[in-house]
Order: sequence, then C-alpha cells, then structure tokens
Amino acid sequence: MPTMNIIQAVNNALRIQMAAEPKSIILGEDVGKFGGVFRATSGLYDEFGEERVIDTPLAEAGIIGAAIGMAVYGMRPIPEIQFSDFIFPAFDQIVNELAKFRYRSGGQYPCPVVIRTPVGGGIRGGHYHSQSPEALFIHTPGLKVVIPSNPYDAKGMLLASLRQDDPVLFMEPKKIYRASRGEVPEEDYTVELGKAKVVREGNQVTLIAYGAMVSVIEEAAAKAAEIGISCEVIDLRTLMPFDIETITESVSKNGRAVMVHEAPQTCGFGAEVCTSLYERCMAHLEAPIQRVCGFDTPFPYSLEHEYLPNADRVLGAIRKTLEW
Amino acid sequence: MLAGAMSSRADIRIEPDTPENLEATTEEELLPLYKTMLSIRRLEEASAKAYSVGKIGGFLHLAIGQEAVCTGAVAALRPEDYITSTYREHGHIYARGVSARAILAEMWGKKTGVVKGLGGSMHMFSKEHNFLGGHGIVGGHVPIAVGAAFKAKYHGEKRVSAVFFGDGSATIGGFAEGLALAALWKLPVVFICENNQYSMGTPLYRTTAAPDITQRALAHDMDRDRFDGDDVIKVKRRIALAVERARETNRPTLIEVRTYRFRGHSMSDPGLYRTREEVAEWKKGDPLVRAKRRLIEELGVDEEKIKAIAAEVKDEIADAVRFADTSPASDSYLPYVIKE
Repeated sequence: MPTMNIIQAVNNALRIQMAAEPKSIILGEDVGKFGGVFRATSGLYDEFGEERVIDTPLAEAGIIGAAIGMAVYGMRPIPEIQFSDFIFPAFDQIVNELAKFRYRSGGQYPCPVVIRTPVGGGIRGGHYHSQSPEALFIHTPGLKVVIPSNPYDAKGMLLASLRQDDPVLFMEPKKIYRASRGEVPEEDYTVELGKAKVVREGNQVTLIAYGAMVSVIEEAAAKAAEIGISCEVIDLRTLMPFDIETITESVSKNGRAVMVHEAPQTCGFGAEVCTSLYERCMAHLEAPIQRVCGFDTPFPYSLEHEYLPNADRVLGAIRKTLEW
Repeated sequence: MLAGAMSSRADIRIEPDTPENLEATTEEELLPLYKTMLSIRRLEEASAKAYSVGKIGGFLHLAIGQEAVCTGAVAALRPEDYITSTYREHGHIYARGVSARAILAEMWGKKTGVVKGLGGSMHMFSKEHNFLGGHGIVGGHVPIAVGAAFKAKYHGEKRVSAVFFGDGSATIGGFAEGLALAALWKLPVVFICENNQYSMGTPLYRTTAAPDITQRALAHDMDRDRFDGDDVIKVKRRIALAVERARETNRPTLIEVRTYRFRGHSMSDPGLYRTREEVAEWKKGDPLVRAKRRLIEELGVDEEKIKAIAAEVKDEIADAVRFADTSPASDSYLPYVIKE
C-alpha cells in the first residue's frame, strides 16, 4: 500500500472522483495549471482538461454561487477556496444560499456542493492565512463540516462527501498537509461521515480534538502515559453532524475530559461539545471539562507557537481535571 | 437632477442591427400576454388584501406596474430555459406557468403552496417549471443563475439561463461577480435588470454614479440593451434577441428594462420619497392599459372579448383565494434541512 501525505491523498481522491463522475468539475483560484496554492489539484488540469479544472478570477462569492447553480441542476462541482480566511466574501453564498437551498425549495433542489479549503495555523501565515472559522459554519443548519486529521481519512471522507447529497465544507488542516503521512489504498473507498474515531484507548481522561490538533492530543496522551495517566484520544473527524454517542460513551466511562481546538475559545466548537457532554453525562463527571483552545485574539504571526494549543498546555488541563 | 433622473424615459437602442418592427403584433400573440398580465395584477391585488387582514405574514413586495417585464421576458424563453428571480417574483413564477392557487397558498403559508408553505411570498421555487427562486438576498442569486448556465453549456443543452434583478442589485458584489464570470466563461445568460427607479426608498441617482446599468457590460466586453418596459411585445422581442444570441452563441447580454412600481417597496411603505405627480406620470405608461388599448384600437379586438377575459381572471383569482383559505397549514419543515 502506498504512503501518502494529506495533500497527496486529497489529490488522489479528486482524481478518482473526476475520472468516475463526468458531472464533477473543480473550480477555484489557481487550481488549473498551477495546481493549487498547496498543490492539491496538481496534475488534474493536464489529465482532465481546462473545461473541467477551471481557474477562476478572485471572486469567492462568484465561485460558490456558480457552484450552487451547477449543483442544483445535477452537477457535482468541487470549488476550492484558497485559504479558509478568504471564505468570507462567499459567506453570504454559503450561509444564505448554499446551506438553505434544499430547505428553501421544499426539497426540490438538493445542492451537493463540496467546498474544499485549507484551514488553521502552523505555517506562520499570520492573520489571514491561519484562521479556523469552522464554528461559523457548524452554526449554519443545512451544511456539513468535515476536518480530517490524516491522509486515510482525508481521502475517504472527501470521497464520502462527494457521494452524498448535501453541501459539505471540507476543511483541510494545512499545518499537517505534508507532515501527516500514512498508508492510503490506491483504490476507491469512503469513510463514513458523522463518525468519530477512538484513536487511543484510556481509562482516566478523555481528550477530544479534530484536524491538526489530533496529533497534539496524541502527544499529550503519550506524555501523560509516561507519568502514569491513562488518556483516551478521540478524533471527531466530522464536526457537523458530530458523533455525540462516541464522546458521551467515553466521557461517561472516564468522568474527565479535555476539549482541544485551535480556533478562539469563546463560542468555539468546544463550547458546543462541552455543553452537549454536560447535558448527557453530568452524573458521571468527576471534574469540569477543560478547554484548551486558541485565544480570543486575531491570529498572531511571530507568536503563533504561544497561540496554538500544544501538548504541554493539554497536559496541564489533564492534570487540572485529575486534581479538581 | 432628481426630477431629470427620474422623468427621462429613454428608449435607447444600443444594438445597431435591432429590427425596426419590433412592436408589431397580432391578437393571437398579444391577447394571452394581456391575460397573463391581468392575472398577475389581480393576484397581487388579492395578496395585498389578504396581507391587510393578516393572512400573509412578514413582508409582501408587489410589482404592480411592472407586469410587462416578467410577462414579456418569460414569453421570450422556452420551458426548458432556467429562470432565477428576486423576492418580487410573483409575476415571474405565474408567467412561468405555476398556478395562482399554488402561489397564493404559498403566501398564506399553506401545505399546498409551491414550496409547501415553507417560504412565503419571497421564496418560491418550482423545479418542474425550471424556476430557480424566489431569492430574498438581493443580488445573491445572480451567480447562481450563472452556474445554471454553466451546467447547460457544459452538457451542450442549448438552454438559456435568465436572471431577473432590480436596480438595487446592480451595486452589490454578487451581481458584479456573476456578470464577470458569465462574460469570462461565455455562458448563455440573459441578465435582466428591472430598473424600477428605486432601491427600496432610495432613487437610483443616490445609489450609483452610472445610472445606465448596462454600462457595467462594457467592463466585460458584453452585449447590452436598454429600453422602456411599458409594452409587453417590445419587451418580448428585445429580450428574445438576447435569448437567441445566448442560445446560439453562448454570449451573455446585460439588459436594463426601465419600469416603475406603482405601489411602495413593500406593504409597509407609503412611498413618501416620491411625488404624486411622478407616480401619475409613470401610471400613464401602465402596461395593462397600453396592451388593452392596442388590442382594441390597433388590432380591432371586440371589447366584449376583453371583458370576458377579465371575468375569467376574476374567477381564477377568486378560486385561488378560496383554495389558499381552505388548504391545510404547513406542518413540517424538518425533512428539508438535510437529506437524512
């Protein structure tokens, strides 16, 4: 089985989809000959031609709006927003048009657009190449939100997104685009949306994260193990709809939990996860759930390492749940 | 400047090769279009009445005075062509063939409405009629219509995507980006600006330095046309030129039809920002009056025949009101959020 990084796995999934489904096209800024700013669409222009791998002007509202018009009449467009920081000109299209199209038309016009966009910090990109705006879209009924943490899931969940009938925001953690490597089957397969994954089993504290932060909580779990603390590590994978069952089961068992994401803490997705857990496993909790998140500031350039959660901060939160 | 900007009724032929006899017609052509316009007007009058007694909630935007634009434009399209419209879309969807019953029931929030009572006045869709909304976000629908045209061209279908919008849309980003993409990708789109002179309560000269909306086409090397929307046959003919160009050559066109709504922006708007004289002046160009006069004076149609049509329309709308009144209320919206 070949080894791939996330970029290669995404590229491989796109190639499979484009070959299998003539109604799929890719559109976005520099996705053509250039191959995408992170090279996710590399080689696809040569293989599928300029009619199907389409460079667009800088016009995010136009890109998403056009993709909606294609999708409601049966196409399977795959728009790319070059950085999730650039998604805001298309915010109206995504929130008001795309997410509500099925509802607004009483089910007459499903709108299966899969928007791919790199997300998060870790590449010293500063304010406008580092943000994690996922909570804004999880807060939008009608939209599914997916953030994979490894190449296998990236390919399988991208193909799964392309084979269901609702709009999906597929966010790719750019910090680990190349750093995360693993075995990925060459063939076509899907990974079911809406299912979290227990990455590591443990019986004292449950650690929950998604995307690039999964490797951070894995590292924290390893460090905790060295000092005799057993942590369960859960990768949420799909944020909307999220797998409340899996985390409820784990937190009910362990009675302690730490939620980690790199987006700012206030009204971040962790707030929803924690509230849902309090609603379901209050009687089992031994300590308040801890959150380790980005701070309520713009994303910093030179102090990125201070802003982003790391294993030591997570370890501190783990101790707090045990010492409470 | 205010008076000048609003009273100039320019009918500028921008296409050099526009044929001269564009307004010639026959009874067979004009009579059904007159009937459609009359139905739209009566339908909207009935909805205004229903709104005043609380049968329709929220907002209601009438296009009384603008009927020749939607009626003429839809008549220039084929059933397989796509239509995307604004929140002032009652006329467009009716002209497209959706029944007065389904339209009024939608406004009433009834299960029998065209979108099951989920959307109301501003948010109607009918896939069966290739009617892609009914959009409450001004200008947001323009790139969506462009995407529908992309799909038609991609599959070699020779379908045209017509998109209606108001002068208020002409200043917003979604419109600008949709226009740019249609021109760049050479897509079969007909952009139809229904310039009713006001972006809600603000006159055009206060919202744009270039009140000739079609000038925006020049930036994209796009064809354009601009004319008054008081004559349904003229509207049909002029738009047909753009429709056929789109169908045969994939060239988009930006059209501005100058028109006027006789009532306020919505039911809560008494229209205090314009003078009685101005409204009276525009009412002289009432498209229904004009069509009726042409039928009688120019085409020699018997007045009794026109009265009979008026009676038919009256019955049609009365039936639709009864239908909306007696239909069951919308009772479920959850199944439509996502598929599962």
